[in-house]
Amino acid sequence: MSWDTVIGLEIHVQLATKTKIFSGASTAYGAEPNTQACAIDLAMPGTLPVLNKQAVNYAIMFGLAIDAEIGQVSAFERKNYFYPDLPKGYQTTQLEKPIVGRGNVEIQLADGSTKNVRIHHAHLEEDAGKSLHEGNFNSSFSGIDLNRAGTPLIEIVSEPDMTSAEEAIAFAKKIHSIVTSIGICDGEMSQGSMRFDVNVSVKPSGSDTLGTRTETKNLNSFKFMEEAIKREVARQIDVIEDGGTIAQETRLYNGETKVARSMRSKEEANDYRYFPCPDLLPVVVSDEQIEELRRNMPELPDARQARFVEQYGLSEYDAGILSSDAAMANYFEAVSSACKNAKLATNWTMGELSARLNNEDLSIANSPVSAEQLAGLIVRIADNSISGKMAKEVFEAIWAGEGSADQIIEARGLKQVSDSGALEQMVVDVLAANQAMVDDYINTDEAKRKKKLGGFMGQIMKASKGQANPQQVNQILAQKLNELL
Amino acid sequence: MSIERSEIEKLATLSRIAINEETISEVAQRLGSVLELVDQLQAVNTDGVEAMSHPMQATQRLREDEVTELNRREALQAIAPETEDGLFLVPKVIE
Amino acid sequence: MHNLTIAELVKGLQSKEFTSVELTQHFLDRIANLDPAYNAVITVTTEQALQAAAAADQRLADGNAPDLCGVPILHKDIFCTDGVRTSCGSKMLDNFIPPYNATVVENFEKAGAVVLGKTNMDEFAMGSSNETSFYGAVKNPWATDSVPGGSSGGSAAAVAARLAPGATATDTGGSIRQPAALCGISGIKPTYGRVSRWGMIAFASSLDQGGPMARTAEDCALLLNCMASYDDKDSTCIDREVPDYTANLNRSVKGLRIGVPKEYFSEGLHPGTEEAVRAALAKLQEQGAELVEISLPNSALSVPAYYVIAPAEASANLSRFDGARYGYRCENPKDLEDMYCRSRAEGFGEEVQRRILIGTYCLSAGYYDAYYGKSQQVRQLIQQDFVSAFENVDLIMGPTCPSPAFKFGAKGDDPVAMYLEDIYTIATNLAGLPGMSIPCGMVEGKPVGLQIIGNYFDEAGILNAAHQYQQASDWHTQAPEGIA
Repeated sequence: MSWDTVIGLEIHVQLATKTKIFSGASTAYGAEPNTQACAIDLAMPGTLPVLNKQAVNYAIMFGLAIDAEIGQVSAFERKNYFYPDLPKGYQTTQLEKPIVGRGNVEIQLADGSTKNVRIHHAHLEEDAGKSLHEGNFNSSFSGIDLNRAGTPLIEIVSEPDMTSAEEAIAFAKKIHSIVTSIGICDGEMSQGSMRFDVNVSVKPSGSDTLGTRTETKNLNSFKFMEEAIKREVARQIDVIEDGGTIAQETRLYNGETKVARSMRSKEEANDYRYFPCPDLLPVVVSDEQIEELRRNMPELPDARQARFVEQYGLSEYDAGILSSDAAMANYFEAVSSACKNAKLATNWTMGELSARLNNEDLSIANSPVSAEQLAGLIVRIADNSISGKMAKEVFEAIWAGEGSADQIIEARGLKQVSDSGALEQMVVDVLAANQAMVDDYINTDEAKRKKKLGGFMGQIMKASKGQANPQQVNQILAQKLNELL
Repeated sequence: MSIERSEIEKLATLSRIAINEETISEVAQRLGSVLELVDQLQAVNTDGVEAMSHPMQATQRLREDEVTELNRREALQAIAPETEDGLFLVPKVIE
Repeated sequence: MHNLTIAELVKGLQSKEFTSVELTQHFLDRIANLDPAYNAVITVTTEQALQAAAAADQRLADGNAPDLCGVPILHKDIFCTDGVRTSCGSKMLDNFIPPYNATVVENFEKAGAVVLGKTNMDEFAMGSSNETSFYGAVKNPWATDSVPGGSSGGSAAAVAARLAPGATATDTGGSIRQPAALCGISGIKPTYGRVSRWGMIAFASSLDQGGPMARTAEDCALLLNCMASYDDKDSTCIDREVPDYTANLNRSVKGLRIGVPKEYFSEGLHPGTEEAVRAALAKLQEQGAELVEISLPNSALSVPAYYVIAPAEASANLSRFDGARYGYRCENPKDLEDMYCRSRAEGFGEEVQRRILIGTYCLSAGYYDAYYGKSQQVRQLIQQDFVSAFENVDLIMGPTCPSPAFKFGAKGDDPVAMYLEDIYTIATNLAGLPGMSIPCGMVEGKPVGLQIIGNYFDEAGILNAAHQYQQASDWHTQAPEGIA
C-alpha cells in the first residue's frame, strides 16, 4: 500500500518592531521578567489597545513579498480562552478580514525542481507570554513572564500543498529567508522568532479523499520540524495499517527527547467564540501607503539570488545558499566588497565560517569573525602573504579574538615568504644540505621522480618554518632539480 | 425556554465560573428567561442588513513604533496575589 | 453651600466667599453624617481631598486657577484612581488599587477639582437598581425603601442628597440617565467616543460612555467640558474639538423641532410618568419649540439586542479577572483551574455571573449567527431609525424610565423584569447617540425624568434645551427630605 502525505503549515513570525502590537512597551529580547510588560500587557482594568503602525507596515511588506492580495480594510477579532500566559483571557487576532490574503511562495528542492506553495492568508495577532514551570518557587506553582505578551506576530497559513517533509522544510526556510530579507523578522529561531505548527495527514496514493489531520504545534527548528513530520507520517501509516483511525488532535514534539505526544484534548473542548474586537476600529490602508511600501521594499531572496549569479559570477547553487539567509547574504556581500574576491568570499563564508558557526550553534549575527575580518584574511590569501594552510590557523586566531588577520600574521610572524630571491636561496640551501636526497632523485626513473618532490618540500617548509610559499617553492625546486639532471 | 443542564455546565467551563450543583437548575431557569427575551430578535427580517460592530464611522488610529512604557514592574506587581523573582505565580496546570 | 450649583461654587471660590478647604470639609462632613442612610459612597478620600483643596486654594489665591479649581466632586468607582481603591462595586476588585488614573480622573485633576471619594454602583456596571453591589444597595434619598436606579446609583444618590455638587458616572444601557431620573437630578451620556474610556473599567466596550451627573444642565455642561477630550490611548475615542458646552445654553428654543416617538408612549408606561413628561413637552412648546410625532419602529428590538451584545462583550472583558495578576484570588487553590473557577465564582456576584454566561452562550459555536450576528444587524436598523428621524427633528424627547423608583426586591427573581427598566434608554447606546435625563415632575413623592436624545456630537443642543426648560421650571431645584 503506498501513501501520499499532505502537509500544511502555520508559521508564527515575530515582527521586529521596537514595541508591542498594542502597547508602547519594548519587545527587546532577554529582559528581566515582567520589566517589559506595561499595564496594557498585564490586562489591567480599564486599559485599551492602540495599534502599532510598524506592525501593519511589516505585515503589508510580507504580503507584497509573496505577491498577495492586501486586505485594505482589515479588522481584529477576539479569540477567547483561559491560560496564564494570556492575560486578557482572549487573544486579539484577525479572522474574517486578515491584512494579507491569498499569495504564492515558490520553493526550490534539492533536485533542482521548483514548486509553488499557495498561501491562504497571513494575519496580525499578538503573542502570549511565557510560563515557567520551574524556578525559585514552590513546584506546585508556575511562574508567568509577560514580557513577550503583546509582541506582534504575523501568522502565515499555507494551503495543504506540501507532500513531504522535504517540501515543508524548503517552504519553511523560504519563508524564513523572505521575512529576514525584507527585515520584518530577525529570524532568530532559538529566540522563538519563528514557530511552526504542522498539519499532517496521509491518504492512500492517488485517492482524492483527504485523511484526518493532526496538528503538531510550536516547533522552533527546521530539524525538529523535519523529525516531527517524518515521525507523524510513520505513526499515522502504522495506525491505519493496523486497522485504527486517526484522531484529530493537537500534538507536541520534544526535539530533545525525540518524543511526540498528544496534548490534553482540552483543545477540542475549546470553543473560541470569535467576535469583532470592539476596542479596535477597522484598519484602513490606502493605495498610496501600499505603493510607498512597495517602492521601499528591500531585496527579496529570489532577486538577490539572481543578482549574486550575475554580479559575483556565483553558481546557481552557491547563490542559492548565500542568498537564502539575509544575514548570511549581507555578510557575504560585505566580505566580497571589502576583499574584492567573490570566489574566496563564497568559499570561506559557505565553508569554514558556516561549519564553525554550525558547530557552535551560533548565528551569523553572532559570528566572532566579522565580515571585515574575514575580508582581511582573504586579502592576505589572495596576495600570497600566507599560504592556504596558514590561513586556517589565522582564521582560528581571529575566531579566538586575537585581532585582525594582519595583526595575527605580524604577531606570529606568519608572513609567507614569497620573495623569489629568498626562496631560491632556501631551495639551493636545502639541496646543498641534502646531497643524498638529490642523488636519489637523479637516479630515480623519470616516471617516479614526482613522488620524491615531497621530501624536498618537507625540508624546505621545515627550514622556512612553514612560511615558504609552496607554489613558488615547487616551481623553483623543479627548476633547480632540472638543472642538476 | 429551558436550557439543558449540560449546556450550563459547558458554559460554566468555558467561562471558568464554578457553579454549585444546587444552583444549576436555578441558573438554567434564569438564563432561560433571558434567552426568551433575546429570542424576540428572530422575528425580525435582517436580510441584507450589515452587522454593526462600531457605532461611529471611524478607522483605527496607528501608533508610532517608539517605546513609551518604561519598566514599572514594582508598581504593577505591588497588588499581585503572588510573585517571586518578578514572575507572577499561579498554581500549576494539572496535565 | 451644598445647595449651590457648581456654577455658583466656581464663582464663590473665585470671589473668596469661601475656600475650597471649607467647601471640601463641608461635604466630607455631610458624607460622614448622611451617607450611612444612603450608602452612596464606597471610599472617602479625606486626606487627599483636603490636601487637594488646600492646593486649590493656593492656586485660587495666585490667580492661576483652572476651570473647576477647588470644586469637590465624586467619581463613580469604575474610574481608576491612582493609589485609591477602585472596586467597580465588586468583591473581585475590593483589594484593587490601580497604579494609574483614568483619563477622566486626570482631566478633573488638571481642572483643579477636589475628589471626595468613589461612589457605589451596580457590580461591574451591570444593573438598573444598584442592588447588585458588593458593598450593599444604595438607597434612593427620595424614598429610602426604593432603588436609586443603576448602575450609577451611588453617584445619583450622592448628588440628590447634596453629598457633592457633581459626580462622574457611566452609561452603557442607561446607567446615567435612569438613576438621574429616579433621583431627580440631571445627567448626560455623551456621544460614543466623546469621552475617553482609558481607565474606565470596561463592561461593554462598544456601548460604554462616561458622563457627568449634577443638579442642573449648566453644571453638567461645566463638568462635560472637563470630561470630554480626545485621548490617543483610546482607539475608539473620536478626534473632534471639544466645544464650550456652556456657550449656547441661553439660546432660545424657538423653532426647535422636538421628535416625540410614539413607541415611547405605549403600554407599560406609568400614567404618572406620562403625565409629567407630556407636561414638560408642553412647557417646551410654550417656549417656542415644535413637537413632531415620530416613529422609531425598531425600538422594541433594542432590549433583546442589547442583552446579547452587552453580555457578549462583557463576557470577554471580564475574562481578565482570573485571580492571577491582581484582584481577588480564592484561598488555597488546588490547581490552575480551581483558581480560575473559584476566584470567579466567589469574586463575581450573581448578576455578573449570569451576564457572563449569557454572553458566552450568544457567542458560542452554533449560536453566534442567531444571537450575536443578528443583534449587530438589528443595531444597524436601530441606528437607521434615528438617522431618519434626525432628518426631520433636532432633538428626540420622551420619558427616561417606564415608572418612578421601584421598591427594593420589586423586580424579584426575574432578571428580565429588571432589564425592561432600560427600555427607553438602551437604543441610544446601541446607536452611539448622546442622551440626557432631567427632572420634570414627581409621582407620589418620587421624581420623574425627561429624556432628551440628540444627534451625534450635539451635546450642546441637548444641554441648551435642558437649560431652557430648567429656566422655566423648578423640578431640578427640589430636594429630598432629610438632607438639609
